[in-house]
Amino acid sequence: MSFPYLSTIIFLPVIGAIVIALLPWANPRRIKLTAAAFTAVSFVLSLALFVMFDRSLTSPQFVEQASWIPAINVQYFLGLDGLSLPLLLLTTLLGFIAVFVSWKIDIRAKEYFAWLLVLETGILGVFCSLDLVLFFIFWEVEIIPMYLLISIWGTGRKEYSAMKFVLYTLTGSAMMLAGILLLYFQAGTFNMVTLAGLGLDSILSSLMATAIFFLIFIGYAVKLPVFPFHTWLPDAHTDAPTAVSLILAGVLIKMGGYGMLRVCVSIFPETAQHYAPLLIALAVIGILYGAAVTLRQTDLKRLIAYSSISHMGFVLLGIFALSQVSMAGATLQMVSHGLVTGLLFAMVGLVYEKTHERSIPKLGGLARQMPIIAVVFSVAGLAALGLPSTSGFAAEFLIFLGSFNSTMVPGIQVYTIVGILGVVLGAGYILWMLKRVFYGAPKEQYDGVPDADRREKIYTFALVAVIMFIGIYPRILTDIIKLGIQPILGGFYG
Amino acid sequence: MPAELVLAIFLLPFFSFAIISFVLRPFFNHRPLLSGYVTIAAIGISLVLSIWALIEVSGAPHHILQMPDYEWVVIGDTVIRIGVTVDALAVVMLIVVTSVSLMVQIYSLGYMKGDGGFCRYFAFMSLFTGSMLGLVLADNLLFLFLFWEGVGLCSYLLIGFWFHKPEAARAAMKAFLVTRLGDFGFLAAILLLYAKTGTFDIGELQNLALTGAIGGTVLTWAAIGVFSGAAGKSAQFPLHTWLPDAMEGPTPVSALIHAATMVAAGVYLVARMFPVFASSTTAITTVAIIGGFTAIFAASMGLVMNDIKRVLAYSTISQLGYMMLGLGTVGVGISTGYISLEHGLALGVAVGIFHLFTHAFFKSLLFLGAGSVSHATGTFDMREMGGLRKAMPWTFFTFLIASLSLAGIWPLAGFWSKEGILAASFHYVPVLFYLAIITVFMTAFYIFRVIFLTFGGEYRGTDQGSHGLHESPVVMLVPMVILAILAVVAGLLPINEFLGGESHSFFGALSHPLAWVSLVWAGGGIFLAYAIYGAKWLSAASLRQRFAPIHTLFSRKYWFDELYENLFLMRLLVNGIFAALHWFDDHIIDGAVNGIAGGTVAVGTVVRRLETGQLQAYGLAIFVGILAIVACVFIFS
Repeated sequence: MSFPYLSTIIFLPVIGAIVIALLPWANPRRIKLTAAAFTAVSFVLSLALFVMFDRSLTSPQFVEQASWIPAINVQYFLGLDGLSLPLLLLTTLLGFIAVFVSWKIDIRAKEYFAWLLVLETGILGVFCSLDLVLFFIFWEVEIIPMYLLISIWGTGRKEYSAMKFVLYTLTGSAMMLAGILLLYFQAGTFNMVTLAGLGLDSILSSLMATAIFFLIFIGYAVKLPVFPFHTWLPDAHTDAPTAVSLILAGVLIKMGGYGMLRVCVSIFPETAQHYAPLLIALAVIGILYGAAVTLRQTDLKRLIAYSSISHMGFVLLGIFALSQVSMAGATLQMVSHGLVTGLLFAMVGLVYEKTHERSIPKLGGLARQMPIIAVVFSVAGLAALGLPSTSGFAAEFLIFLGSFNSTMVPGIQVYTIVGILGVVLGAGYILWMLKRVFYGAPKEQYDGVPDADRREKIYTFALVAVIMFIGIYPRILTDIIKLGIQPILGGFYG
Repeated sequence: MPAELVLAIFLLPFFSFAIISFVLRPFFNHRPLLSGYVTIAAIGISLVLSIWALIEVSGAPHHILQMPDYEWVVIGDTVIRIGVTVDALAVVMLIVVTSVSLMVQIYSLGYMKGDGGFCRYFAFMSLFTGSMLGLVLADNLLFLFLFWEGVGLCSYLLIGFWFHKPEAARAAMKAFLVTRLGDFGFLAAILLLYAKTGTFDIGELQNLALTGAIGGTVLTWAAIGVFSGAAGKSAQFPLHTWLPDAMEGPTPVSALIHAATMVAAGVYLVARMFPVFASSTTAITTVAIIGGFTAIFAASMGLVMNDIKRVLAYSTISQLGYMMLGLGTVGVGISTGYISLEHGLALGVAVGIFHLFTHAFFKSLLFLGAGSVSHATGTFDMREMGGLRKAMPWTFFTFLIASLSLAGIWPLAGFWSKEGILAASFHYVPVLFYLAIITVFMTAFYIFRVIFLTFGGEYRGTDQGSHGLHESPVVMLVPMVILAILAVVAGLLPINEFLGGESHSFFGALSHPLAWVSLVWAGGGIFLAYAIYGAKWLSAASLRQRFAPIHTLFSRKYWFDELYENLFLMRLLVNGIFAALHWFDDHIIDGAVNGIAGGTVAVGTVVRRLETGQLQAYGLAIFVGILAIVACVFIFS
C-alpha cells in the first residue's frame, strides 16, 4: 500500500488541534504558528496530489480502503477524483489562509485555533470519503466547532445565529441520515462508487427512489443553501468571526453542491433528471431573489452573505442542467466562489477591523484612506460580478453555456436566460456597494485608519493571483474537473 | 508577419499596464513620468506593428491573415478556442485605436501633470487600449466578449478616475451598469448562436448566416441580442444615458472613449457581424431605425447644453447613430434586393467604418481642445468662456478644423464619410435620409454654437481668470496639430476603397447633387449659429423664451434619467419589488422558521405543566385513563 496521502491531509489539522490543546503554551503567537504549520503541510501535500494526479483516469485515485464495521459493511474508504481534488485544494488553501486571517485573535486563542483546525478536518473528510457512513460522520463533525466558533468569537446576535445554524444543519442531516439508511436497506452497501454503478433508479420503485433522493437532497439543499432553506446563512455569516465566515462561505457550503453531484445525481441520475425542472426553477428563483435581497442590504457583511445565495443558485442551475459542461461549470463555480467570497469576507473583516464599522451608510470614501484594501476589495468584487479574466466569469460562462445547450431538461434555455439577468443584478449590488463604501468624499472620522499590513497584503494578493490565474487559464482546473464529471454522465448516456 | 508580432499589438499595452502596476507604481512613484513614457512606447510600437499589419493585409489574398488558435477550455465535445485574425476591417480599427490612443497619451503627459494618480492613470489607459486592440483582433465571439467586458471595466475605472468626486463615482457605475444591461442581450445571443451552430468563430458564423444554415427567428433574435450589446457600448437609444455623464473622467479619457475605444466597439461589432445582420430584415431594419433616430435625438439635446463636453458627448452619440444608420441602410438595401449581396456586404462595412475612422480623429481633437480650454479657464461651462481665440490661437485653430470636419464641410474628412452614409440612406431608406439631413443642420449649428460661445466675443469668466488665460504647453499642442492634419486629410486616404466601398475623386464628389444638399444644410446651421451667437442678430434669450417647452424638453434630456433612475430603478425595483422581497425574506420565510422554533418552545412550555412531579396527580391521570379505556371498550364492543 502506498503512502496514505489523504488520511495525512485530512488528519493533520486535527493533530494540530490536539497539539495546540495539550501543549502548555499560553503564548498566542506560538499557537498561531503551530496552526499555520499544520495547515501549511496539509496544503503542500494536497498541492503535491494535484501535481501527481493522473489526468487520464476518471476513477478515484490515492485510494485508501479498509474494512471498518464489517457487520454492516462500513468501510474506511477514501479517494480523490476530478470532482473532489479541486475542492480539497480549495479547502487546504483557505484553511491555511484562515489562520492568518485570524492572526489578531488573542481571546482564548488556544481553543479558537484548535476548533478552527477540527473544522478543517471535518470538511476535508467530506470531500474525500467514498463511504456514506464515513461521509456522514465527517459531515457531522463540522457542526460542533462551528457552533462554538460562532457563539464564542462571533459578533452581534451570535448565540441566536449559532443555534440557528446548528438546528438547520441537524434537521438537514437527520433527513440525510434517514435517506442514507433507506438506501442501505435497499442496496446493501454504503460504498458510493458501487452505489453509483447499480442503476438504482430502475431497480427501486419510483416512490422509493424519489423518497431517498429528496431525503438526501434536503440535507444538501440546506447547506448550499437552496431557496427557501437559506435564512440561516445570512445570520451565521454575519455573526461569525471573519475567518469562520471565510471557511463557511468558502468551503462549507460547497459540501452541499458537492454532495448533490456525488450522491444525488451520481446514484439517482434518472430521478435527478425527472425533478430537474423543479430544482432548476428553485435555482433561478434563488439567483434572482438572492440578488434582489442583496441589493437591499445595508450591512457590509450581510450583503456579501446574501450574494452567496445568488451565486449558489448558479451552482444549482449548473448541476441540474445535467450536461457535462454545466456540471463542470458548477464545480468550477464552487471553487471560484470559494476563493472570491472568501476574499470578500477577508476584506470585509479588514475594513471592520480598521474602522469598527460595517454599516454601509456610515462608511464612505475609504479609497483615500485605505487604497490597498480598496483595490483588492474591488478586484474581488469584479470577480464576484463575473468579469472576464477572473475565475467568476469562466465558471459562470461554462454554467450558462452548458445549461443553454443541455438536452436533458426541457425549456432550460428560458431558465438560463432568466438566470443571466442575475449577472446584471450582481453588477448592480457589487458596484453600488463599492461606490458607497470606497468612493465619494473621504470622511474625517476615518482619517488615519491604517491600510492593510504586510501579512494582510500577502494573503489577499495571493488569493487575487489565484482568482486571476484560473480566470485566464481555466483549463488548469477544468481538465481535472471533467474527469470527475465523466462517470456521472455515464448514468445518462450509458 | 509572425503571429507573435500580431499578438504583440494588443499584448504590449497589457505589459505596459503590468510594468506600471507592479514595478513603477510601487518602486518608482517619485518619477511618475516614467509610467507615461512606458505607455507611449508600448502604444507607439503597437502603432508601428499595426501599420506593418496593414501593409501585409493589403498584399494578402482576400485581405486576411489567418493566425493560429489556442484551446481555452476543452470539456468533452465542447472546445472553446481563442485566437486572432487580421483582415481589412480589423487593421483599419487597429490604426484608428493605436494612433488616436498615442496622441491622447502624449497629450495626457501635459494635461495630467501633477495629478496624484498619474501612474494609475497611465496604467488604466494602457489596459484600455490593450483591451480595445484585443477586441478588434479577436476572431471569435467569446474571445471578443472577454475584451468587450475589459473595455467596459476600463471605462468604469477611468470615468471614476477621480473617485473622491461623488458624481464621478456615480457616472462610472452608471456607465458600467447600462452597458452591462446591453451585454445581457449580447451574452444571450452568443449562447443562442452557439446552441444552433456549435461555434463561436465569427468567420464560420458569417458563412452559416449567408448560406442560410441559420436563419429565421433564431437569427433575428441573435442579431438583436448582439445589437443590444452594441447599442449599450455605442450609447444608442434607449441605452444612451450613460455617455453624457461619462465626462466626469479626465478629458483625455473622454477623447479616447468617444473616438477610438469603448463607443467604437459597438459599431465595430455590428460591422464585424454584418453578414449576420444583413441576413435578417427585421434585425437590420432595427439597426437602421435606431441609428437614424439616435442621430437626430442626441443632436437635439446637443443644441442646448451649456457644458462644452456635454455638447460633444451628445455629438458623439449622434455621430455613432450615423454610423449605425450607414450600416443599417446598406443592410436594408441588401435585404430588399436593391444591391447585390457581395457588393452590399463590403459597402455596408465601408460606409459605417469609414465614418468611424474620420470621426475618431476630429472627435478626439474636439475633446482635446475642450481639455485645453478648461486647462486655461478651469471650467467646462461655456457661459464663463468667450474670446479665447486670442489667448489660445492654436487651440482655436485646431478646434475650428475639427468642427468644420464634424459639420461635413468639403473637403475635410467628415465630408467624405458622411456623404457615404447620406447616399446610402437616400438610396435605400429615404425616410431615414430626411432625419439624417436635418441632423446635418443641427450638427453644424451646435458645434458652431460652441465655437462662437467659446472662442468668439469677449471673455465672460472671472476677472482674475482673464489674466491667467494661456495657451496650453507644446506637449498638448503637438498631438492636437497632428490630429488636426488627420481631420483634414483622413477622408482622402483610400480607407473606403480598402474596405470595399466606392471611391470618389477630389472634385468629382461636388458634381453630385446630394453633396450640395448636405453642404447647404450644414452651411445653414453654421449661419444660424453665427446669427444667434456670433453676430447676435437674434437674441438667444428671447428664442429660448419663445420655444420654452422645447428648450426644457431638450435641456432636461427628455427626462430619461429621471425615468430610468428615479422611477424604474429606485421606485419600481430597489424600493419597490426588491423591498417587498426583502420584507418577504425577513418576515415570511425567516418568520416561518422562527415561528416553528417558537411554536416548539410554546408547546414545550404548556406540556411541561403536566409534569408536576406529584404522585397524586399522576395517579389521578392513570385512573382517568383506565376509566376512559374501559368506557371505550364498552361503547365500541
